[in-house]
Amino acid sequence: MRYSCMETVKLKKDQSKKKTGIKITGAEAIIHCLLAEGVDLIYGYPGGAIMPVYDELYKFQDKLTHILTRHEQGATHAAQGYARVTGKVGVAMATSGPGATNLVTGLADAQIDSTPIVCITGQVPRHLLGSDAFQETDIIGISTPVTKWNHQITKAAEIPEVMAKAFYIAKSGRPGPVLIDITKNAQFEEFEFSYEKCTGVRSYKPVPEPSVKAIEAAAELINSAKKPYVVWGQGVILGKAEEALKTLIEKAGIPAAWTIMGESAIPTDHPLNVGMVGMHGNYGPNVLTNECDLLIAIGMRFDDRVTGSLDTYAKQAKVIHFEIDPAEINKNVPVDIAVLGDAKTTLELIIPLINKNSHEDWRKEFDKKYEEEFAQVIEKDLHPTKPGLTMGEVIEEINLASGHEAVMVTDVGQHQMVACRYAKFKHSKSNITSGGLGTMGFALPAAIGAKMGAMDREVVAIIGDGGYQMTIQELGVIFQHNVPVKIVVLNNDHLGMVRQWQELFFESRYASTVMTNPDFVKIAEGYHIEAKRVTERKDLKATVQEMMASKNPYFLEVRVEKEDNVFPMIPSGASVSDIRLK
Amino acid sequence: MKKQRFTISVYSENNVGLLNRISGIFLKRHINVESLNVSKSEIENVSKFTIVVNTTEDWTRKIVAQIEKQIEVIKAFYHTDDETIFQESALFKIASHLLFDERQIQNIIKESNSQIVTVSRDFFVLAKTGRRHEIDEMHDQLEPFGIMQFVRSGRIAVTKSEMPITTILEDFYQDK
Ligand SMILES: Cc1cc2nc3c(=O)[nH]c(=O)nc-3n(C[C@H](O)[C@H](O)[C@H](O)COP(=O)(O)OP(=O)(O)OC[C@H]3O[C@@H](n4cnc5c(N)ncnc54)[C@H](O)[C@@H]3O)c2cc1C
Ligand SMILES: Cc1ncc(C[n+]2csc(CCOP(=O)(O)OP(=O)(O)O)c2C)c(N)n1
Ligand SMILES: [Mg+2]
Repeated sequence: MRYSCMETVKLKKDQSKKKTGIKITGAEAIIHCLLAEGVDLIYGYPGGAIMPVYDELYKFQDKLTHILTRHEQGATHAAQGYARVTGKVGVAMATSGPGATNLVTGLADAQIDSTPIVCITGQVPRHLLGSDAFQETDIIGISTPVTKWNHQITKAAEIPEVMAKAFYIAKSGRPGPVLIDITKNAQFEEFEFSYEKCTGVRSYKPVPEPSVKAIEAAAELINSAKKPYVVWGQGVILGKAEEALKTLIEKAGIPAAWTIMGESAIPTDHPLNVGMVGMHGNYGPNVLTNECDLLIAIGMRFDDRVTGSLDTYAKQAKVIHFEIDPAEINKNVPVDIAVLGDAKTTLELIIPLINKNSHEDWRKEFDKKYEEEFAQVIEKDLHPTKPGLTMGEVIEEINLASGHEAVMVTDVGQHQMVACRYAKFKHSKSNITSGGLGTMGFALPAAIGAKMGAMDREVVAIIGDGGYQMTIQELGVIFQHNVPVKIVVLNNDHLGMVRQWQELFFESRYASTVMTNPDFVKIAEGYHIEAKRVTERKDLKATVQEMMASKNPYFLEVRVEKEDNVFPMIPSGASVSDIRLK
Repeated sequence: MKKQRFTISVYSENNVGLLNRISGIFLKRHINVESLNVSKSEIENVSKFTIVVNTTEDWTRKIVAQIEKQIEVIKAFYHTDDETIFQESALFKIASHLLFDERQIQNIIKESNSQIVTVSRDFFVLAKTGRRHEIDEMHDQLEPFGIMQFVRSGRIAVTKSEMPITTILEDFYQDK
């Protein structure tokens, strides 16, 4: 059956009625829990130990759409993509054993990137636990280090409370993945169902109380700084603090840069948005990290891709850290003031204490550095004069054709860095990428989830030829449900990012990074997806425009220069101020 | 920073998977746990982990923060030896005839302040509670005579300062 995903997604606004008094099976209870949490779309893959739940999904298909991904990993990434564009909890489901273990990469990705998803796995019946029964695996043990919380249910009566807790934990505080493993007997058992949403767990404090003293001290530092500098991250998006952040930087006139997980929280063309920090970030934001007198980190966790060598990171500056998770304070960078709490709350508290100011000369230093970077890197990336196509010019064409309105989902590698560097955004939650884990294969399924979560927006996936082949089977979902995502494969016939390192640091010994690729256009056509290949510059603009204008799924392969490198670059272990332009 | 011994106390819900979750945090940083004890605490339905590690204070602080953010952990603390009152227990199983053949053993029992828990025809069992070095010393003294079995518990400790778990729990129920 092939039906439009637009229709299926619209069907489902119906909320679950709270059932009481009647006995239902555990499997049916799971559906009612999902409905009560406002879930109308889940991704998954059936199998023996979860079959009772699938049987209920069949009965409830008018209220709850289940999308069969072609691999359980795809279900997790689709749930992540959905969660990242909507801010809601994504849901994935799998059977026991191999179904469950296939979730692990997505769980790890969601854990390190703080993405709220709930995964439900079937498990062998309670009396067989520990007996090496058919498709038994200890998914609780396996998933413990990659989940915010996990729990095994062995009795139907536990289902409502545990499910409520799962959703509460996944989305509250610093969000993260939760896995609930449900033994098959619990799916069959009948019990009296009633559902109450979880509003708190006594051993868990999701949001620390903001300290007035810390906020006052931070305001004083900001007011007296000569060269203040904001670096914001995904916490701003997770905490819906975009407006507050904008108000703060505008009021105090502070130049602000982003991590790739925070990108799009403030429009690209905002005058105080000075660009990207980190290994492949912009020149000014990196170099000037070591020249500011006050570094204000907001909802970012000083990842090593951002800081380079910690011994030489912002040593001259005072540091303020706005952060929801106390364990992140002083984890990598010692801070002078920790402003604990939800970023929206704490920013709104500090704004009235901030003096109106502008730091024009300081702001201009970023411009100067940008000019240098433009001359040495950006110009050549975006307006190349050599015959081979660059990844940068493809992104620029997409910018032009999308009017900066699209959601961009990227995979992992050179294309990811180029896309994050050059994509332009008007709206928050528009840059969806696998940051902390760097999971190749993330983009295609995540784009499916993103599109289904934001049907009114254009979703463009930017993927490398390597990563594309890790989850390429999800084209099946795009075809079956006619999910109108735009898939752009930047094909350099290499595992480009690794090849770049081999070229720079391993004397060009290209160990296993050269690929002989299949005909990607034919593969897409095999799934009945409209597909084009661009090999020459003259065809790029028109084809990108055609793709963006299409109302259907569209596959575009662009054959780019095989051995281009991404610059600027902070070689690993080097300082942010030693960033290389070539 | 120099390595040092720290006692980490974790107050938590009594949960099946939590031990795995907590030990995973040490595993992730490749830290060996010197000893681990789980028991009930002074508060009803609240468990207490007592974990001893030898590492830097910086890492201990970070680990404690990462333990504390686990959902079922109510609160975690770390302390140096100076800040705690701590003990370990050990059992020694020794052949009964030695008690009569070797006078020295009786002296060891007296001087070490240990107790005879049981005596049978074949063996007797000595229990000793104290600091690690006291137990080690007793072990060294008994070893030449032959120890049939030896076991030592993890450290248990109480702190000199207060650990305000009850207040945390009361605050939670008040907010609700
Ligand atoms: C090949 C590759 C190269 C990369 N290169 C770069 C690079 O050059 N530059 C770059 O930036 N990244 C780069 N990354 C990504 C990098 O690895 C990290 O994922 C990224 O830097 C993390 O960004 P973050 O700290 O903003 O987000 P997260 O890791 O999501 O951290 C968010 C922080 O915000 C906090 N938070 C959450 N909610 C709130 C709230 N409501 N209020 C306050 N705080 C909150 C969280 O506790 C957390 O500390 C690269 C990744 C790959 C795969
Ligand atoms: C699952 C997984 N395996 C290995 C890696 C290591 N890795 C990072 S980037 C990269 C190359 C990606 O190649 P491709 O998808 O073609 O993108 P390109 O860099 O060429 O744009 C590899 C192998 C990874 N990030 N994820
Ligand atoms: Mg490639």
